[in-house]
Parts: sequence; C-alpha cells; structure tokens
Amino acid sequence: MANSTRPLARQGLSDLAIRNWFIIPTIVFLIVFNIFPLLYSLGFSFTDYRATMNRPAHFIGLQNYQDLLSDPAIWNNFTITAKYVVVSVTGQVVVGFGLALLLNRAIPGKGLLTTVLMLPMMMSPAVVGLFWQLLYSPSWGIVNYLLGLERMEWLSNPDAALYAIAITDIWMWSPFVMLLCLAGLSAIPASLYEAAAIDRASGWFVFRRITLPLVAPLLLIAIIFRTMEAFKTFDIAFIMASLDETELVAIKLYKLAFQEWQTGYSCALAYIMLLAVLAITNIYIKYLNKAKAR
Amino acid sequence: MAVVKSKAQRVWNRVAIGVLAAAVVVTMIPLYWIASTAIKARADATTVPPTVFFRPQVTAFIKLFTARVQRRGDADRETQAKMPWWERSVMGEGERFIRDDKGHIENSGYVGRFTNSIIIAVTSTFLAVSMGTLTAYGFSRFKMPGEADWLFFILSTRMLPPVVVAIPMFLMYRAAGLVDTHLGLIFLYTAFNLSFSVWIMKGFVDEIPTEYEEAALVDGYTRLEAFRKIVLPQAATGIAATAVFCFITAWNEYAFALMMTSRRAQTAPPYIPSQLGSGLVDWTTIAAGAVLFLMPVTVFTFLLRGHLLRGVTFGAVRK
Repeated sequence: MANSTRPLARQGLSDLAIRNWFIIPTIVFLIVFNIFPLLYSLGFSFTDYRATMNRPAHFIGLQNYQDLLSDPAIWNNFTITAKYVVVSVTGQVVVGFGLALLLNRAIPGKGLLTTVLMLPMMMSPAVVGLFWQLLYSPSWGIVNYLLGLERMEWLSNPDAALYAIAITDIWMWSPFVMLLCLAGLSAIPASLYEAAAIDRASGWFVFRRITLPLVAPLLLIAIIFRTMEAFKTFDIAFIMASLDETELVAIKLYKLAFQEWQTGYSCALAYIMLLAVLAITNIYIKYLNKAKAR
Repeated sequence: MAVVKSKAQRVWNRVAIGVLAAAVVVTMIPLYWIASTAIKARADATTVPPTVFFRPQVTAFIKLFTARVQRRGDADRETQAKMPWWERSVMGEGERFIRDDKGHIENSGYVGRFTNSIIIAVTSTFLAVSMGTLTAYGFSRFKMPGEADWLFFILSTRMLPPVVVAIPMFLMYRAAGLVDTHLGLIFLYTAFNLSFSVWIMKGFVDEIPTEYEEAALVDGYTRLEAFRKIVLPQAATGIAATAVFCFITAWNEYAFALMMTSRRAQTAPPYIPSQLGSGLVDWTTIAAGAVLFLMPVTVFTFLLRGHLLRGVTFGAVRK
C-alpha cells in the first residue's frame, strides 16, 4: 500500500482493491449468466443441433440464417410484431401524454390519484393477461357487457385478437408514459407560460413551442423503452391468445426452442432478435445519459 | 401556474378532473372485476349478463388452498351437520376435499408455488441488492477505466429478451442439474435484477456527499469502515426502494419461470394461468389466486410512490 494518499488513515484495503472487490464480482456474474450463454448459443446457431436428440451438432454454416430469412412465416411473425409495437406504443403515448397533461395542475388528492393510475404497470403480466381473458370472454365478459356488444369474439377472432392484446398492453403501460411526461411537464417553468400569455399566444402555439419541446427528452425515453419492451413481448400475448395472427417473434422463438426443440435454428432466430434489441438499447442508453446530464 | 384563474381556465380544470376520474374508473374496472370474482359464488362468476350485485363469500379462497375432487352423491345429513362451515361451503359447490391417510386435508398446488415465489424473490432480491450496492459504490467513488462502457454493458444485459437467454441457459442448466431448482431461478433473477440494482443504486450513492466519508477517513477510519458506518446508513432509503423494485420484478417474472421450472421450483406466475385448462378449477378460484398474488405488489406500489420515476428509468431521472 505504498501508493496510499492518506498517511493518517489506518492501513485498510487500498482504494484500488476495494474498487475491484466491489465491481468485479458483479461483472463476472453478469458475464457467466448473460454473455457466456449468448456465446454458447451463437455457436449453436451455426449447427443443426436439437436438444432432445442424442446426437452431436453438425456445423452447417449460415444455413439456419439463410432458411430463416427466406421463410415467409418468419417474416410474418415480424410483421405481426411490428403491427403490435406500433398500435400499443402509439396508444400508450396518446393515453399517457394525455393523462399527464390533465394531471399537470393543482388537483386535490393528486398524489393518491397518480399512484392508483400506476397500479397496472406494477402487476405481473401473466396474471394481467389471465384476467383480461375473463374480461374479454364473448359470453360473460364485462368488456362486451359494458360496450353493449353481443357475443363479440375478441381473443379467438383473427381480426381482433392482436388489437385486444394491444389494448391490454395500453391499459397496463400508459401509466409509464404518463409518469415520465408528468416529470417533464412539472419541470417546465411557469414563467414561460406567463410570457406566452402576455404575448397572447394561442393554446396550440404554446403546446407546440413550449410544452412539446420541453417534454420531448423524457417522452422520447418513454417511447424508445416501450418500443423495445413491446418488441420483446412474450408473456401477455402468449397467455391471452394462441392464434397464428398473434404469434409475435418471441412466441415463435419459444415454440421453436421449447416445443419443437429445433435448438440450432431457434438460436439463429434468437440472434436476429438480439441484434435488433441491442440496437434499440444503444439508442435508449444514449438518451438516458443525456437526461441524466441535465 | 397563474394564481388568478380566468373562467375558461376553471371550466377547463373541471373537464380535466372529469376525464381523470373516468381514467381512474377504467383503470380500476379490471382490478375490481378480478377482486369481485374472487368473492363470488361459482355460479355467479360466469353468468350472462355479468352479475354485478352478489352475496360475497370466501369459498374461492378455501378452494385455492386445498386439494379437491368432484363429489359424487350426497354426504349423509349427519356427517354434513358435523362439518365445519368452510368444508360445507366447498361441498355446496359440488366438491369435496382430498384427505391423506391420517385424515388431513391435502394442500393444493398453489400453496407450494406461492412459497416458491416468496423464497426465490426474496433470495434473489437480497443477492442483487447487496452486490448492486457495492458495485454502485465502486463506480460512484473510484475512477474506473472505461467506466461508461462498463455501465453500458451492465444495463444492456437487462434488456436481453428472456426467451433469447433462456435457450442456452436451459442447456447449461440441464448439464449442471439446475433445471427446476430454486437455486437455478434465483441465479437467473439475480442476474436480471443486478444491472437494475447497480444503476439505480449508483444514482442514490452519487447523491450522498463525499465530505462525510472524507472526514471519517481523516479521523482514521479505513475506507471499508467509512463505507459501512457512513455511506450505508445514508443510502438506507435507496437500498429499501431498490429492494422493493427488485422484489416486484422477480415476483412478477413469467418467461424464465415457465421455461426453467416445471414442478418443484415453479413459481406462481406460470402456475396460475395453467390452472385454467384443468376442469376442476373455476374462475373464482383462479381469481382468488390472482388477488392474493397481486396483493403484495399493490401495497409496495403505494410504499414506493415517491421513487417510481427513478425506478422505471434506472435511476437516470429523478423528481
């Protein structure tokens, strides 16, 4: 400990040692449980390995990737996922931003109100998906009852199922967008609105030139995060419906890997999905750090 | 906000409150419906049109915890009269308890799954928060070459889709004998929560002024003592909030549990929906299971309300 900068301090572990002891176990843990498995599956993605068969994996090069990218069924899974992402994220932004605008004023019991609105996003997607099945039931579900629809099929209807799942997702995750927008809105100095009022600016002008630009950084974070999460969606859709029209990429991946046991092939699909997620993550963390720096 | 309000503003305020009230109603209807289904009689749960007013009962919760079979024929009046009320209520819905050799009523599958959920969520939370706090302190107080890159790496592991990680993980766990074990799921959830815990704890530790520690070092504390006696107490609130967030994540997790466990170590999220297919379990029992499962999270949400924003943005955005 010759490099100690604190001659008065009792000799303990050096700062360098403490830093390493505190940080390295975490990094090792994450490498063992996340990076190593991914390298392992990268290897499998170039083989015809099937986990249920007792024969060694054969190296087949890029065959799996080639098969995947030329399979219209897989493209269809991606199209379904894209549709799901657009519908549910758009819904969440509209509802979430709208609620935040309404909440951004002095209201009695505002804290309690906000917390109650937050409840859905804290709940288990598996359980939420399950009880929305009860709500969507064509005969005794409360959705049809409240909307006055008779025997409308939701989750077994190829035209409606994906949107029904998206509605559940919107119910669950609009509060997330609302929370971030509310933080952005409450940070806007009142003096800006007062100056605009003196200038007799129109409501639309104030929204476009003051509100929107100042909320934008946090709204963007919410949009990127929700887009990524919607793209990865598995649980809620897997539980609510099992139609071809609701087969998101993550569900297809699960079926390939754990029901058909096409291990090599599914690892290739997993890698395609992984690259997309990492690209979005990269953008997301950049914006997070930007928000942090403010 | 301007102090003096115009008439238009006051009208607009009322409209806003009205819409918000509607939003609360829409948020609450599904929750109310699941909670009310849990205290309905089996016959009231699936009626056309839906039953809104009913006599509440706790039969569903009794059924939730007990193993039952369809009852054949009627029990004679004498035995029925001797039964406790809770057994009669189950008989009334056409079922009877399964008893072991000694006459004890057997537990339903839910009891074990709920216990597994508690064991796995608590242990993995403890591991993730303790490791995360240390790592956050390391990043916050010391210089680390490539710090931004390490932090990026740590957070990016959080974003990995569970299904993608689960495929190789399953093969590795199969080789190591960790499939369907508590330990296997605990490790996975610890890894999943660790990145979150590092990021959010770094936010909390960054906010603790370094002056106290430096004064302690001058007074002859070692760095470890200063960390334990000065930093940890000041970070207590942050640690508690982080722990609650990690617990909720582990508690709610579905995909890993579905793929990595089947019976012994299965948690409640994959179990509850799987009961829908089995003939005996009806919606009231499923609803009771769901209500009990959602209860802790509801309580925690209220405890966490001041930290929600920080929690969902990995500590990057604070109030």
